[in-house]
Amino acid sequence: MLKRRSSERARTLEQLLAAKEIVICCGSGGVGKTTTAASAAAMAATSLGGKVLVLTVDPARRLANALGLEGFGNTEKPVPAEAFKQAGVDMRGELWAAMLDTKQSWDALVLRHAPDEITARRILENPLYQNVSGRFVQSHEYIAMERLYEIHSAGTYDLIVVDTPPTRNAIDFLEAPERMADFFSSRLLRWLTVPARSRVMNFATRPFYQMADRILGSQFLEDIAEFFLLFQTMYKGFVERAEAVTRLLHDRRTTFVVVTTLEAAPLHEAEFFISALAGEHYHLGALVLNKVLPAYLLDPDAARVAERFRGEAPRIAERLGPPGHEQDAGGGDPALVARVLKEIGESYSNFAVVAKREAEQRAELASVPEVVATVPYFETDIYDLEGLLQLGETIWK
Amino acid sequence: MTTSLLDRRLVFVTGKGGVGKSTIAAGLALLGAQRGKRTLVCEVDAKGTLAEFYETSRTNFKPREVQPGLFAMSMDTEASLQEYLRLQLKLPVVTRIGPLARAFEFVATAAPGVKEILTTGKLCWEVREHHYDLVVVDASPTGHIIGQLTAPQAINELVKVGLVRQQTGWLIDTLSDPVTTGLVIATTPEEMPVNETIELSQRVRKETNVDLAAIVVNRVLPELFSHSEEEVFEHLREPATLAGLGEVAGGPVEPIFDAARLAVTLRRTRASHLDHLRASVDPSLPLLYVPYLFTRSHGLRATHQVADALGAELGF
Repeated sequence: MLKRRSSERARTLEQLLAAKEIVICCGSGGVGKTTTAASAAAMAATSLGGKVLVLTVDPARRLANALGLEGFGNTEKPVPAEAFKQAGVDMRGELWAAMLDTKQSWDALVLRHAPDEITARRILENPLYQNVSGRFVQSHEYIAMERLYEIHSAGTYDLIVVDTPPTRNAIDFLEAPERMADFFSSRLLRWLTVPARSRVMNFATRPFYQMADRILGSQFLEDIAEFFLLFQTMYKGFVERAEAVTRLLHDRRTTFVVVTTLEAAPLHEAEFFISALAGEHYHLGALVLNKVLPAYLLDPDAARVAERFRGEAPRIAERLGPPGHEQDAGGGDPALVARVLKEIGESYSNFAVVAKREAEQRAELASVPEVVATVPYFETDIYDLEGLLQLGETIWK
Repeated sequence: MTTSLLDRRLVFVTGKGGVGKSTIAAGLALLGAQRGKRTLVCEVDAKGTLAEFYETSRTNFKPREVQPGLFAMSMDTEASLQEYLRLQLKLPVVTRIGPLARAFEFVATAAPGVKEILTTGKLCWEVREHHYDLVVVDASPTGHIIGQLTAPQAINELVKVGLVRQQTGWLIDTLSDPVTTGLVIATTPEEMPVNETIELSQRVRKETNVDLAAIVVNRVLPELFSHSEEEVFEHLREPATLAGLGEVAGGPVEPIFDAARLAVTLRRTRASHLDHLRASVDPSLPLLYVPYLFTRSHGLRATHQVADALGAELGF
């Protein structure tokens, strides 16, 4: 597969984004998912045009500032065209950005699905709901996909790039809509709400309630039961919705971009995720390898020079020229020069080991999508539009 | 006078995803065992990665000795509940726990604090019963650690009566005693992890009674040059000297200098994040540095190196 790609070089991230309406960036925490999502969206807005939205979960503060997101929560905000001009780019389209506010999104969902306003209020005011909406079954994961569905069905954007929440397990958010539907249709839910509806317990459930009562106290059990009873009124709306979200994720217009560094743990997670996507027949569009060390670290000739610097620094420093000579290398102190040479030889060899390990890990990637983009190790953090576009250039074509 | 990290009996290690939280927890536990403490290390989210740090088979709820004096376990809230019912409530062993387990899974998922308290409860119990000298917890990541540490209070507020409520008192006492319990935040010298660490350290003080014992900064790059060395370096980089050096060395020298430049810049960027961290937390809070491991990034060898680095930072 690798061979074919390198000979044809037919597919690029640009092409992928031109064809898709939804791009979901995923990968484990700390690999630069948010930055990649924002940068791909910025590139799409500048070179493909149209109205592009980047929906992010938890951007670094300076990145949020750059996108004008500070303190706006769920509201979609345009990134001013002026900002692009300042970054030296003539934008063809529009870039919009939004952050995900879990609590706010949950409240909106309750208001939409509750049968009437009184029920909605009762749910919103329930102390358990208030605790739970922040941490409910896969709450973050589900709500991100739910918001995506909401925005997509409004038909406001040509392209939506989503940055997924940092999940313990990369696949969690894919299963979230399904689990949510399972949860609401589960017999257990009905079973648990029985005592609030009727005090008659059957033979099978009585021991459980007696024990639960002894451990947790009856008031707490009743609180839980009331909460679930209220929530059940939203059952139908929720299940339909969760199913619609799942369908959207499987749609041909949706693609997944897996982001990873070449470090062992994130890469392992990425591989797992790639196979999970394939197993569930999702469309894997691209793999973005982030923070890849420069190729010069793999140069065998340079490695030999580094070795000489490490081992023969004093002799090299001497030969560079005696103090006061034309070729005087540094303040006339060969010992100092030797120390520097040894130091940089050491440093090269250190980074070369990491580069070699990562090159091997890259080669060992069992299955990869056709589009693989490599992002070099940027020396400084990316926190403005210019940086995003600079990164974008490296992965775009 | 604050209690030194390893003199505590219960140490929670948290951190943002990707900073090496589990590596630090594994290294700290190994250090404890090496220092002669009977040590238990527990991973809270059953990801099953703990075993990799000690090159051992998968860990379970029942602790197993993985290194001399070091026992490892993975948290399993259902098993914890069974143990609790058996030991604390003196309930007969529930052999057919089926429906109870399903209902429990259910309540635990929905009700805040239930899973957390079964986790925290088990760990505090091991401390109280003196089964181990030191319990190191590879705890929830930064987003969830507050919930884990405050679970007893949350339960206290939600559950007004019952046996669970009676148990929360001693849990709170254990967690809030700084001689016994401490929290470690693992981070890397990068923007997002540093910001999250600062935010979390403030929240820990405001929202929990748990003492923040230390911040461990992982993957710290070495400083390459002193000031005078850097001058020499800059001089050597000039095209004329570089050409001469190339001849003497008999090969391409540019990559060596480019790599050094990269190392210096990375170190600088990270140093500025570290400065920000240092300026933003309590000055008396220990910051422990663990160097970037070039040769091996994981496995028992790396765990040993992390343990050595932490030991050196703690003055052993």
